[in-house]
Amino acid sequence: MSQKVLLNAKEVNIILHRLACQLIENHNDFTNTVLIGIQPRGKYLADRLAKMLKDDYKIKNIQLGHLDITFFRDDFRRGDKPLEANTTEIDFIIENKNVVFIDDVLYTGRSIRAALTAIQSFGRPSEIELLTLIDRRFSRHLPIQPDYRGRQVDAINNEKVKVNWIENEGEDTVYLINNE
Amino acid sequence: MSELSVNHLLGIKYLNKQDIQLIFETTDHFKEVINRSIKKVPSLRDITIANLFFENSTRTKLSFELAEKRLSADVINFSASQSSVKKGETLIDTVNNILSMKVDMVVIRHPNAGAGVFLSKHIKASIINAGDGTHEHPTQALLDTYSIRERLGEVKGKNVVIVGDILHSRVALSNIFALQLQGADVMVCGPKTLIPKYIEKLGVKVETNLRKALNWCDVANMLRVQNERMDISYFPSTREYTQQFGVNKALLESLDKEIVIMHPGPINRGVEITSDVADSNQAIILNQVENGVAIRMAVIYLLASKIKQ
Repeated sequence: MSQKVLLNAKEVNIILHRLACQLIENHNDFTNTVLIGIQPRGKYLADRLAKMLKDDYKIKNIQLGHLDITFFRDDFRRGDKPLEANTTEIDFIIENKNVVFIDDVLYTGRSIRAALTAIQSFGRPSEIELLTLIDRRFSRHLPIQPDYRGRQVDAINNEKVKVNWIENEGEDTVYLINNE
Repeated sequence: MSELSVNHLLGIKYLNKQDIQLIFETTDHFKEVINRSIKKVPSLRDITIANLFFENSTRTKLSFELAEKRLSADVINFSASQSSVKKGETLIDTVNNILSMKVDMVVIRHPNAGAGVFLSKHIKASIINAGDGTHEHPTQALLDTYSIRERLGEVKGKNVVIVGDILHSRVALSNIFALQLQGADVMVCGPKTLIPKYIEKLGVKVETNLRKALNWCDVANMLRVQNERMDISYFPSTREYTQQFGVNKALLESLDKEIVIMHPGPINRGVEITSDVADSNQAIILNQVENGVAIRMAVIYLLASKIKQ
């Protein structure tokens, strides 16, 4: 197994600021917008972006939620490992809101497909956008593309992109891990 | 995440501590799901479940059916009173006929103890025991202890008394196993005739004085007197039973502390519990019913995830 650094802490920070600014460009003061981190790994990115928008860009009314997609996945009973559920916290109405899905890595697009179904349980959003830190090109199984992307990466199938966060792993770094 | 150590839920005695922990954590997630505006998830859309009720049930049957439907499973229902069982068909034949319609999971309630265990040895499907005679009723014990955990924070270290007809109660036996597995101290209380001999061997305390029992406990689980299972008279009169083993408001108020009152239903109001107690804030009877759906969703989900394609 070998790994190389795709993005270091400084690069991650610059990209997060750019993504925050792009969000502000489209959503102004976020009065009609909600941010939804896709569990489990999108949570960290969503929390970080929400904090950045509040602290650095002085946006007061950020509505942030976390959506667990376990029960909506299409690979139930198909893998070797059981699917692990996480917490869903959406303490606001999403009816007629602009929803921004936030996830760390966009790979096959199947998680986002599940999230699109899962979010319907909470109402009918006016529109849904997708923000991802890493977009793995040429690996999609479904016609799903991000609206905001941090970095586009070409990775082959036996490679894995791993995003580490200070809150969880003690560092902000993106790795490309080769399992061979 | 780990998975359940069993392929069937036949009784609490076949589970370990980690299984219960996993079921409770999964239940937390499903409880959030059933409080959404759309309460359904698509996980089990390719699973078919048969509910085989060889004995009457309202609450458990509705609860299972709702849990199955909220998981998007296909459901078929069967009750013995309207079936060929009356025409002399054996249990295995009945179930095999149903299974040949490609059923993946069977929820069974049966008047004979061990019906679920027996079936699990003879048929290819996941079995959930929804009550077998006076033996076990595992999902009830899971939802009872889950409700205690929800109200009091944890089950460990709590004193729980089960009051009433212990002899005929599958709820009592499953509760004793589930409570002990989670580190609670268990006492049974009732007329001597309704307490099984040698029950102390299970490590439970026995008390025939209700006031003493209530003073000792944090939670009292009030059971119904199961007249339908009684072949002889176990106490002189219902009135005398109520006087000695019924809980009323005055009795609760005379205790040193506020205890939690539970009841698995159906309630005989005015017999084991008075209306003012059943409807008070001390009672978590309706929480038990709500948690029942989430618990059953979790059990079905976790067992279904072990059925390979």
